[in-house]
Amino acid sequence: MDLIFEGIKKAFWLLITFDPEVMGITLLSLGVSGSATLISLLIGISTGVIVALSEFPGRRIAISLINTGMGLPPVVVGLFVTIFLWRNGPLGFFGILYTPTAIIIAQTVIATPIVMGITLAAIQQLPKKLRLQILALGATRLQMVWILIKEARLPLLAAVMAGFGGVISEVGASIMVGGNIKGYSRVLTTATVMETSRGNFDIAIALGIILLLLAYFINLILTQIQQRERPR
Amino acid sequence: MQSAEFGMERGSKDYKPILGIVNLEVKRGGITTLNIPSLFVQEGELLSLIGPNGAGKTTLLQTLSYLIKPSQGKIYFKGEELNSTRPVFEYRRKFAMVFQEPLLFDTTVFGNVASGLKIRGMNGMEIRSRVTEQLDRLGISHLSHRSAKTLSGGEAQRTSLARAFAIQPEVLLLDEPFSSLDPPSRDSIIEDLVGILRQTRTTTVFATHDRLEALRLSNRIAVMNDGRIQQIGSPGEVMNHPANEFVASFVGVETILTGKVIKKNGGTFIISISGQEIEAVGEAQIGEAVLLCIRPENVILSTRPSRETTSARNVFPGRIEKVISLGLYQKVQLNCGFPLIAYVTHHSIENLSLQVGKEVTASFKATAIHVVRRKQK
Repeated sequence: MDLIFEGIKKAFWLLITFDPEVMGITLLSLGVSGSATLISLLIGISTGVIVALSEFPGRRIAISLINTGMGLPPVVVGLFVTIFLWRNGPLGFFGILYTPTAIIIAQTVIATPIVMGITLAAIQQLPKKLRLQILALGATRLQMVWILIKEARLPLLAAVMAGFGGVISEVGASIMVGGNIKGYSRVLTTATVMETSRGNFDIAIALGIILLLLAYFINLILTQIQQRERPR
Repeated sequence: MQSAEFGMERGSKDYKPILGIVNLEVKRGGITTLNIPSLFVQEGELLSLIGPNGAGKTTLLQTLSYLIKPSQGKIYFKGEELNSTRPVFEYRRKFAMVFQEPLLFDTTVFGNVASGLKIRGMNGMEIRSRVTEQLDRLGISHLSHRSAKTLSGGEAQRTSLARAFAIQPEVLLLDEPFSSLDPPSRDSIIEDLVGILRQTRTTTVFATHDRLEALRLSNRIAVMNDGRIQQIGSPGEVMNHPANEFVASFVGVETILTGKVIKKNGGTFIISISGQEIEAVGEAQIGEAVLLCIRPENVILSTRPSRETTSARNVFPGRIEKVISLGLYQKVQLNCGFPLIAYVTHHSIENLSLQVGKEVTASFKATAIHVVRRKQK
């Protein structure tokens, strides 16, 4: 019990004093996962809308692939991104393995299908006749897409949260492609894994608390959205 | 809005088609869902499309605004053929469409009414003035800042109508917009719609499965079934001279008479119909034109001479013109100076020995008449 109590006490001290190492790790984490989420939004929303609105052969297969992708195991992503970025790999000439950029790429691969899948569902959930109504109001195709995105803004916000929540708490891929280099590519999750294995529970708990807080805020926003979504 | 009696007929000087379709065919999955050799909508008229579900009313409306691409045929707008040289949204911007569901956007009432104008890139000042005008017209100004999600069915449909009118469309397309409303909301919203249409004289194509709605509002009625127009004409023509069996069974199940209110006493009033007087119950003004709908099962036939019968006030001698078997009962077509249809059982046919040419007395109660007040200037 003492171990836990001492750990928590020291963890709070680290947090309250804005320990530079903890803060550095946190900021890097936010930066990396934020960038990955942003990129995945661009790809995921545009592709999701296109798949939702168009008819093409193999559409069902594409949708089931996207849905499978929503549960992509991070270690598998980590494995393939590593292979691609490996010095002799197809993209090895970039020389970005074991950099924050590599983590952003891996996390983008993880978050994109999540955003895409939720976008797809959100757009498909809108009444089909709404599209007709928008076109009947004289909208161009682009205007229609924009109005549909605005109509689905709440579930899309959920997509943002789910994507971000997925990558900020992911450890497998980050450690594989980032290498957990101190002060360079060490993020909240990889640092927690390492500090725990070293027995440095205080710092691990501090990092854990930050992760928990982040998770809490994400869920708070999600819950707000869902509550607002409830009709009448 | 003009009434059917005024010069909206083909060939009159007023005849100006705003919208025309020729040899139009729509196919879906190899099945023809719409097949219309020709249809012209005249500027300023209200054309109703009536027919059962699946008759092609919605398909026709959506084809008119090019939401559905016809597999064949031509669409003309103000004499100009619609072709691919100009983007289709430019054509659609001349129309406004109101669906059965309000299909409002997740924003305020104001934002909804403004949406068509925003799509057209109109500036904020003009949007504000147009939206305010429409909110006013439809009596929903007080809801302006409410979220569309919190509206009742009637309020939502009013918002949807306001959104359509804000565009100031050249043609208004209504796809059963009132069928999911409760009767009081429906009546009041129709009342307001009639008022607005009278003012704006917007050309309107109105799909409905409610014959009475169509009777009340239309200059012309097109009866549809199986993707085809079975008959098109003034309400009187379609109702009293159905072109074929389908139209007859869809619209002609009751006797529909056009008359004028000449007297009022208490809760009842007297309508003059081709020289005869019929008493009906309800509200109406003297001099007002009304339609009387009399269901055939409410018409009682007897062979005794008139004035000896029952509590019914409306008693008319007439001659049997036709007897048609309808299975359980027989449909008897009478001429009482006006046409009248009665249903009688086989039993009564035998008892009264009813046959073509026989003189009988027909009676029906004042309460058995459905009065439709025609909207006029």
